[in-house]
Amino acid sequence: MSEFAVEMHNVTKVFGDVVAVDHVTMGIRQNEFFAMLGPSGCGKTTSLRLIAGFERPTTGEIFIDGKPVGNTPPFQRDVNTVFQSYALFPHMTVEQNVGFGLEMKGTPHAELKRRVMQALELVRLPHLATRYPHQMSGGQQQRVALARALVNRPKVLLLDEPLGALDAKLRKEMQLELKTLQREIGITFVFVTHDQEEALSMSDRIAVFSRGKVLQIGTPLEIYERPNCRFVADFIGETNFIEGTVSEVRNGFAVLQSNGRTFVGRAGENVQPGIPAVLSVRPEKVQLVEQPATSVNSYDVRVMSVAYVGSDTRVVVRLGEQDIDVWEQNSVSTLDPNYFFAPGETAWLTFPPENALILTD
Amino acid sequence: MATESTVVYLGEHTETWPPRELQRPSLGTFALVAVTLFTFAFLYVPIVVLVFFSFNSARSGAVWEQFSLRWYERVLSNPRILEAAMNSLIVALLATLGSVVIGTLMALAMERYRFRSQPLWDGLLYLPVIVPEIVMGISLLLFFAAVRLERGIVTLVISHIAFCMPFVYLTMRARLADFDRSLEEAAQDLGANEWVTFRRITLPLLMPGIISSALLAFTLSLDDFVISFFVTGVGSQTLPVYIWGQIRRGVTPEVNAISTLMLALSIILVLISQLLQRRQRV
Amino acid sequence: MMQLFRRHPQLQAAALMFPGAFWLIAFFLIPLAIMGVISFMSRDALGDPAPPYTLNNYLDIFRDVRFNPSISLDGGFTVRLIEGLYVDLFWRSLWLSLISTVITLLIAFPVALFMARLPRRYRNLALFAVMIPFWTNFLVRTYALQFMLRGNGPINTLLRALGLAPIELLFTPTAVMLGLVYGNLPFMILPLYTSLEKFDWTMIEAAQDLGANAWQAFRRVMLPLVSPGVVAGSILTFVPAVGSYVTVDLMGGGRTNMIGYSIAQQFSTIANWPFGSAMALLMMIVVTVAAVLYFRSSRGEQRTIV
Repeated sequence: MSEFAVEMHNVTKVFGDVVAVDHVTMGIRQNEFFAMLGPSGCGKTTSLRLIAGFERPTTGEIFIDGKPVGNTPPFQRDVNTVFQSYALFPHMTVEQNVGFGLEMKGTPHAELKRRVMQALELVRLPHLATRYPHQMSGGQQQRVALARALVNRPKVLLLDEPLGALDAKLRKEMQLELKTLQREIGITFVFVTHDQEEALSMSDRIAVFSRGKVLQIGTPLEIYERPNCRFVADFIGETNFIEGTVSEVRNGFAVLQSNGRTFVGRAGENVQPGIPAVLSVRPEKVQLVEQPATSVNSYDVRVMSVAYVGSDTRVVVRLGEQDIDVWEQNSVSTLDPNYFFAPGETAWLTFPPENALILTD
Repeated sequence: MATESTVVYLGEHTETWPPRELQRPSLGTFALVAVTLFTFAFLYVPIVVLVFFSFNSARSGAVWEQFSLRWYERVLSNPRILEAAMNSLIVALLATLGSVVIGTLMALAMERYRFRSQPLWDGLLYLPVIVPEIVMGISLLLFFAAVRLERGIVTLVISHIAFCMPFVYLTMRARLADFDRSLEEAAQDLGANEWVTFRRITLPLLMPGIISSALLAFTLSLDDFVISFFVTGVGSQTLPVYIWGQIRRGVTPEVNAISTLMLALSIILVLISQLLQRRQRV
Repeated sequence: MMQLFRRHPQLQAAALMFPGAFWLIAFFLIPLAIMGVISFMSRDALGDPAPPYTLNNYLDIFRDVRFNPSISLDGGFTVRLIEGLYVDLFWRSLWLSLISTVITLLIAFPVALFMARLPRRYRNLALFAVMIPFWTNFLVRTYALQFMLRGNGPINTLLRALGLAPIELLFTPTAVMLGLVYGNLPFMILPLYTSLEKFDWTMIEAAQDLGANAWQAFRRVMLPLVSPGVVAGSILTFVPAVGSYVTVDLMGGGRTNMIGYSIAQQFSTIANWPFGSAMALLMMIVVTVAAVLYFRSSRGEQRTIV
C-alpha cells in the first residue's frame, strides 16, 4: 500500500484557452480527511473531476493508491463521488440507486440486498428504501448519495461541495456526521468546498487553491496561523494588512518599513531585504491599551467605531491613513458602557512580533 | 395607476383566482372573454358541422334527411380508401422511426460536443421550418426525377423523414439542454460503462422527450398533404392525397366520414400526449 | 475500437451527426440545388428541362413590369408602385399573407392571454381545446370551413330556409384570407400561450407601481418579454401562408391566385418545370429574407430593453 491514496504530479488541465488546473502537485495520504478549498473557479472541482476520471489531464500524471491511472475511464477507477447536486437517478428508488454500483460489479442478489441495507443503516435511512428521490428532503437525498458511494467500499471518496445545497443548521449537523463517518469507516475523503469554516473544522489537511494553483497545503492550524502568502492569509479568516518594504531579516523575523513606521513580524517564505511585502495580523491578535508596555509594534491610533457583538467587542481604529480591525474578547462581565474605548478617543495599538506575519504576494 | 409609494417585490408572486381583473369585471376582461369565446367558436363550428353532416343520409350537401351510418359503411368497404389509409400508416410509422432516431442522435451531437461546423448545422436545421412546404415538395419531386427513383412508398418515407427530423431535433435538443449530465457521470462513477450508462440512465430519462417527439413526427407525417402530393406515385396515395382527389371531384359525403374518422384519430393522439405529459409531471 | 472513440470525442460527434447530416444534405440541400439548376434551364421538344442554360425564366417573371402606382381595395387594401402579371402575384401573396398574419396575431394574442391567466385546471382544458385543431389535418380543417361556406352548404341552406337569398361566400380574396386565418390560428395561439404562461405577472404590477399606465406596462414590459412567442407564431403563420396551396384552391377556387398555387400549377397542369423552379426559388428567397429580417428586428428590440 502506498503512503498516498491519491497523488497528482505536475497536473495541468486546459479548457480551450483557460488553464483550470495549473501544474498541481500534491499527495493525499491514506485515511485522511483532505479538503480542497478556494473561491469558485480556482480549480478545486476540476482537480476532483480529474481524480474521478471525468476529465483527462492535459499534462501530468495522477496516481491512485500508488498506481498511475492514465486513461482509465471513471467506471474502472476505485473511487466514488458524492455530487454537488447529488445526481440521484430520478427513475430509480433509493434501494436501486444505492445498489447500482454493486449491480454493475455483478454482485450476487442476496449480498447486494444485504450491503444496500447496511449502507442505508449507516446513513440512518433504512426505512426509506422504496422511496423515489423526489419524495425526500435535501438532507435525506444527500445521505442517499453518500450511501450510494460508500456501499462500493471505494479506496477514496470524493465529495464535491456535498453540503452546499443544505440550509445552515442541517449543514452543521452533516459536517459533524461526515467527520464521524469518516473516522468509523476509515477511508480517504477528498472534500471540495469554498467554505473555510467547513474546511477548518472537518479536515486533517487543507489544500488552498487559487487560479488553478495550489498555494499551500497544511493542517487547519498551519493554514490559519502560518499562511505562506498574502492570498491564503486573506482567504482564511479575517486579517489586517499593512503594506511596506522589508528592511531587515534576522532569526526568522523581518522588519517592515511602512509610511515612516516600523513593524516587526515573523518572516514568511521568500521574504528578503529590499522587497515589497505586507504585514498580516489577525484582529484577535491585536490589543488596544492606554499605555504601551513595549516600543515594538506600538503606535497611537484614533478609535473610529466600536461594536459590541457579545463574545467580542469589534473596534475599528485608524492608524495614519489606514483602518485596522481589532477584536477584543469580552473577558470581564460588566454593564459599564464606558469600560471600553469610545469613538473619537485615542488609544495605543500593540501586538507582539510573534503574532504578525510578513508575507509576499 | 401610479401610486406614491414604490413597493419592492421580494416574495414570490402568488396566483389569485379569480384574477384581480375578474373580481372587478372591467370592459377589458369582458372583451378578452368575448374574443376567446368567439375564437373557439370560429375554430370548432366548421368541424362540428362537418361531423354532424357525416351522419346525414342525404347524398348532396347540407339538407338534413336522417341519421345514417351509410357513408361510414361506404368508407370502410372501399378498398381504395383502406389502401390509402394503410399507406399513410406505413409511411407515418417508418417516418417516425427514422426521424426520431436520426433527430435524437443529431441533437445529442449538437448538444454535447463542440465542433467548428456547428453554427452551420444549426442554421440548416432551422431552414426546413422556414422553407414553404410547396418548395420542399417540388424540389424533392425534381430530385427524385433527377436520380430516377420511382415515386412510391420509398420516396414518401424519405421525404417525410426529411421534414419531420428537424422538429424531432428541436424537441430533443430542448430536452437535452435540461438534462443533468452529472447523472451520467454518477453512473460511470459507480462502474457503468458508456453503453450501460446510455441504456440505464440516458435513454430512460430521455424517454418522455422521445415519445412526445415521436407523437409529433407521427402527426406531422399523417397530416402532410402538400409534400406527399408531389412525391407520391400511382398506387401509393396517402389518405390526405386521396381525400384531395375526392374533394376536387366535387361533393362526396364519404369525405365527411373520412374527415370525422381522422379527427377522432387526432383527438386520440392529443389525449395520449396530454396523458403522457401529465404522468411526467407527477 | 472503443478506445479509439473514447480518446477522440470528435469521432463520436461525427458518428452521431452522420445520419442526420446525410439526410439534410441529400434530401434537403441537394434537391434545392437541383431546383436551382433547373431554374436556369430551357425546355426541350417534350417540354422537359434541358440545357441551354438561360436567365429567361427569371426575366419572364419581370418581363411585363411597368411603372403604375395605384391604390385599390382589391384584397382588402393594396398599394402598388409597379404592375405586371407575376409581380402582382408576388405582391398580392405577400400582402394577403401579411394581413392574414396580423389578423391572426390580433385574434390569437387576447386568447392566449386569457388562457394563460386561467387557473391551472381550466388552463389545461383550454390548451386541450387548442391542441385538437393544432393536431388535426390541415386539409380536413380547411375542407370543413369550405363545406360550411359552400353555395349549397349549411349556411346558405339555412338562409334559403329562412327565405333569404343565398350568398356567395367562397372564391374571393376575403375567403382566402378567412381560410388562412382559420388554418393558422392554432399555430399562432400555441407559441404565444407558451411564452405568456411563463410571464411573471408581478412585473406588470411593478411597472404600474413605478408609474407606467396599462398601455406602457404592456408595451415596455410584457411585449418585449413575450416577443419570442410573437416571432415564432408570426413566422409559423406567415411562411405557410405565402406558399399556401390547399387554402388558395379550396377557398379561392383558383380565382384568387397566390404564388404557391401558381408554382404548383407549373408542375401539374402547365408542366413548365424550369419556370416553376425559378418562381419557387424566388419565393423561398423572399420568404427567408423576410423571416430573418423580422427575427433580427425583434431581437434588436429585446436587446435595447435589457
